[in-house]
Amino acid sequence: MTELLAVDALRLARGSREVLKGISIDVARGQLVALMGLSGCGKTTALRSVCALEPFDSGSIHVDGISLSPGPVPPESRLRELRRRVGMVFQTNALFEHLTALENVMLSPVHVHGQSAGQACENGIALLESLGVGSRASAYPRELSGGEAQRVAIARALAVDPPLLLMDEPTASLDPARRGSLGETLRALTKEGRGLLIATHDVDFARDFADRVCVLGQGVVVEEGPPADVLSSPRHAATRDLLQHQPRHDA
Amino acid sequence: MNLTLAILLIAGFLSPLSASPRTTLRSSALLRSTSPRVPASLFPHAPSPSPPIPASSPGVLVWGGDAEGGAPYVEADPADPSRLRGFDVEVAEVLARGLDRRPRFLQVAFQSIDASVERGDFDIGLSGVEDTPTRRERHAVTIPYFEFREVLAVRAEERGRYTTLRDLSGRRVGTLAGTIAYDILLASRDRDRIEVVSYDDDVHPYTDLAQGRLDAVLLDNIIAARSLKRVPGLAIEPGPIATGHYVGVLARRNTALRDRIDGILRQAMRDGTLERIFRRWEVWDELQRPFFQRVLAQQALAALPTASPSRGSAPSAAIRYLPALLRAAGVTLVLTCLAMALAVLTGCAIALGRIYGARPVAALLTGYVELVRGTPVLLQLFVLYYGLASVVKLPAFVAALLGLGLNYAAYESEIYRGALLAVSRVQLEAARTLGFSEWLIFRLVRGPQAMRLALAPMTNDFVALLKDSSLVSVITVVELTKETAIFAANIGSWALPGALCAAIYLALSLPLSRLARRLERRWSAA
Repeated sequence: MTELLAVDALRLARGSREVLKGISIDVARGQLVALMGLSGCGKTTALRSVCALEPFDSGSIHVDGISLSPGPVPPESRLRELRRRVGMVFQTNALFEHLTALENVMLSPVHVHGQSAGQACENGIALLESLGVGSRASAYPRELSGGEAQRVAIARALAVDPPLLLMDEPTASLDPARRGSLGETLRALTKEGRGLLIATHDVDFARDFADRVCVLGQGVVVEEGPPADVLSSPRHAATRDLLQHQPRHDA
Repeated sequence: MNLTLAILLIAGFLSPLSASPRTTLRSSALLRSTSPRVPASLFPHAPSPSPPIPASSPGVLVWGGDAEGGAPYVEADPADPSRLRGFDVEVAEVLARGLDRRPRFLQVAFQSIDASVERGDFDIGLSGVEDTPTRRERHAVTIPYFEFREVLAVRAEERGRYTTLRDLSGRRVGTLAGTIAYDILLASRDRDRIEVVSYDDDVHPYTDLAQGRLDAVLLDNIIAARSLKRVPGLAIEPGPIATGHYVGVLARRNTALRDRIDGILRQAMRDGTLERIFRRWEVWDELQRPFFQRVLAQQALAALPTASPSRGSAPSAAIRYLPALLRAAGVTLVLTCLAMALAVLTGCAIALGRIYGARPVAALLTGYVELVRGTPVLLQLFVLYYGLASVVKLPAFVAALLGLGLNYAAYESEIYRGALLAVSRVQLEAARTLGFSEWLIFRLVRGPQAMRLALAPMTNDFVALLKDSSLVSVITVVELTKETAIFAANIGSWALPGALCAAIYLALSLPLSRLARRLERRWSAA
């Protein structure tokens, strides 16, 4: 299996606080990796480094043949290849509030990647439909439910067909039924050959849908492996903490 | 800005109603206009608040005048500023002596002399007060004691070119607002198509004439002669446009004192006292002897009529003035739109510079915003129009446009900056992960959302600017408020002109507000 994402010994400090102390994460094509840990463990920061929103101090990040090096975030003009390869879905969705769902999806293909508006529109509608929100194409973000907005955000991130998709806490505001359906959707994306790195503290979600989990604690990866192993017989205190602090979901 | 506006409106409204021939500094005129005294002419039918009891204690003649920039009438002695000098000072001394009293001077804003004497603040006003029918009607007026001519000052190289008002057809002629000269020019504005430019002081008309902003200045020969000494390159046309007289003004019911003073003035004319005073101040000329003789022969001298052909009939005056008011409303509207366009463009540039620019650029722009917001727009207009005149001679309209536009740009920039900063950071980051350049983010994500946020406060500012545009009358632009003041001065009442003016402003601002609300609704639905 070829590695799509290879994060190696990533270190990152904010002021005097070391947020990440040399973490390594791999994501292969067709794999859904859950990056787990309690709030403040550095999950989000790690995702932000991978999509070049956050500078890091040492280590390396490789995405599908593109590498990021330590130091300040390079200018956008030098990140074009990375942007084409990495899609990011923020926890708050971050949809452009003045545009409809379809316009949100079409914006990058048309303005960054030079697609014709007709082509982008056709692709956008297809994408929204495949994610189950085709009927909401002309709705504005504030007219969408949380789950719908999230699917539109996924469609927007996938609009230029990136092989790697990052998601930050996607189940945070979903009820169990919608969580399951989101999981199915994401599994379908892995079948297309995409790699997904999902920051979450939702153990049930990881157990049901992840191929592999990485548990972060105190800025290092404390445990890693198939969810059945890691989550059923945790060997590290951070993992046990995580398991104890789960929100109760009704089955 | 509201305070400035209030002060200016008061000043602007009052000045055309009562003459201020010798106010050198506009700023001082402004400050003085804030005094609670209101000229009686504002409320012609209001009863006097108290009977006109002479203010003086026994043995004192209190006389009122304006010593601010008042040579050769009344001024502070340059050698000893605590003492006064001027021919009106000496006339007052003659009057006091004749009444067997001591003269005591009371400083009063020129615009307020009429109202103040009626209140009983002093016994007599003497400060180059002009003899007009209005003044004769409303106050007790002495016999005239000096004859002056309204003369045209021109640039020396154009001597002989404009000798009558008709010659000035289509030309710009300046004068002091609220004087007889101003009324004469207003009367000939329609007849001779003269462009009347009114000033609130008697210095800037002459400097503007020298700089080519005016083609002529019409004012009292005494003021003209004095200005010629200060401003090089000017000449006075010998033929007078009109002849007028200075009088003393007393409270309407104070006719007994007025009659005694008339007697003293006649005696001073007969025995040469007045001639000696006027000669000492170099204002004596060949006119005065025959003028004295006519006065002593008890010939009735006509007060110089002010331009008031139909004082009684306000509605017909309204119809006559409506075209001029609408024209002025056009000036207001065009000025407001252009100034707003300038403010929006400059404001955008400032906001972008402060958010995206390098640190020194941002600091410079912050400095500009603070400077502009921290100083009165009135001052900025003066600096642009008069202060820079030696470097760049901006036409009044251009100075008004730049002054208002650049002032409002500071306020607009703050609106845009706030709106740009209000667009959530995570949206901007999302745009980055989608591969947008900084420029694309601004154009597609940040700008459009900021614009929706800025729309309501921008409309507010547009309506505010529409009203603030009345400030530019201080740099001689005749817009709606100024035209209304002219109208009011002309018919001697503010009721109808004020109502018409307010109606026009409302007619301009209400549709604007409505349009903005519609846009806002449409965009907030989007």
